[in-house]
Amino acid sequence: MGEVHAVLLVAVIALVTAAIRFLPLFLFGRKGEPSPFISYLGDTLPYAIIGMLVVYCLKDVSFLECPYGLPEIVSIALVAGLHLWKRNTLLSILGGTALYMVLIRQFGAF
Amino acid sequence: MKRIGLLALKKTIPVMGTYVTLGIGFGMLLEKNGFGVWWALAMSVFIYAGAMQYVAVGLLASSVSLLSAAFTTFTVNVRHFFYGISMIGRYRETGKAKPYLFFALTDETYSLVCTDDELQEADRKRYYLLLSALNQSYWVCGCVTGSLLSSAFAFDSAGIEFSMTALFVTVFLEQWMGGKEHGPALMGIGISALCLLLFGGEYFLIPTMLLTAAGLALYRKRKQRGEAR
Repeated sequence: MGEVHAVLLVAVIALVTAAIRFLPLFLFGRKGEPSPFISYLGDTLPYAIIGMLVVYCLKDVSFLECPYGLPEIVSIALVAGLHLWKRNTLLSILGGTALYMVLIRQFGAF
Repeated sequence: MKRIGLLALKKTIPVMGTYVTLGIGFGMLLEKNGFGVWWALAMSVFIYAGAMQYVAVGLLASSVSLLSAAFTTFTVNVRHFFYGISMIGRYRETGKAKPYLFFALTDETYSLVCTDDELQEADRKRYYLLLSALNQSYWVCGCVTGSLLSSAFAFDSAGIEFSMTALFVTVFLEQWMGGKEHGPALMGIGISALCLLLFGGEYFLIPTMLLTAAGLALYRKRKQRGEAR
């Protein structure tokens, strides 16, 4: 693929990301308060979006074909288990990722 | 002054671990897809959004259109708009540092800034700035290190992308344990799973976003009616 297109892609992603982050400053930076509905979305939408991002990470997993998403399911279970037990983000991520990397090597060849 | 620096450093140590690890994962993934260390550096400086950078590797690898990249970026990052909204008051008196503080408001920085209760007013600006800059420096170091490691040693990093999934699972659990109501979190999972089935992996983010906003509006109405009763 073209180098120029790749540079443009990174630029677009950077600009959109920055625009989203600066928008509150432009809208309410000097004075004014967000409407109650916007504040409500601010309280709830981030929760929904983290849920969406978990699903997004799994979008390319085919649960109907072997290995039926088992590496993902088992590794997520380990992440959740570790996290509920120790509540240490780094440990949960390292443990789950290490298991996943082992599992896809063991079972990826079916 | 020194005290504020030490406090910021202490507070950001857990983020250092996470950012360096995830950054290394990102740098490796990027390098594996044919984009070297300068890409890792530029992306971690100018985009500086962990989830989006992982997503961006996929967008770069499949060379999607600019418009489609813009939509995907919007959906993945729109939560930062709401983080910003809730920081308006806190960041009001930060002067020249203000634009950078808003730019650097990642998930982790947001949650650190939200827990700053013991600070005096005079120290806050410096503290926020240090916190934000330290976090970004960890992230940049991680991304660059990952890219360099991956190009220096030919090892098989397949599966490293799972670190992003693992991060979101831990954030999800943290929010679940900290939050009073679980409706929005469940809605996020349910609606996106449904849209993924209906629209497929490439197009499901936009409908998910719209349906979630609509769903939350209904949820709010129902709750208000419930409270009025």
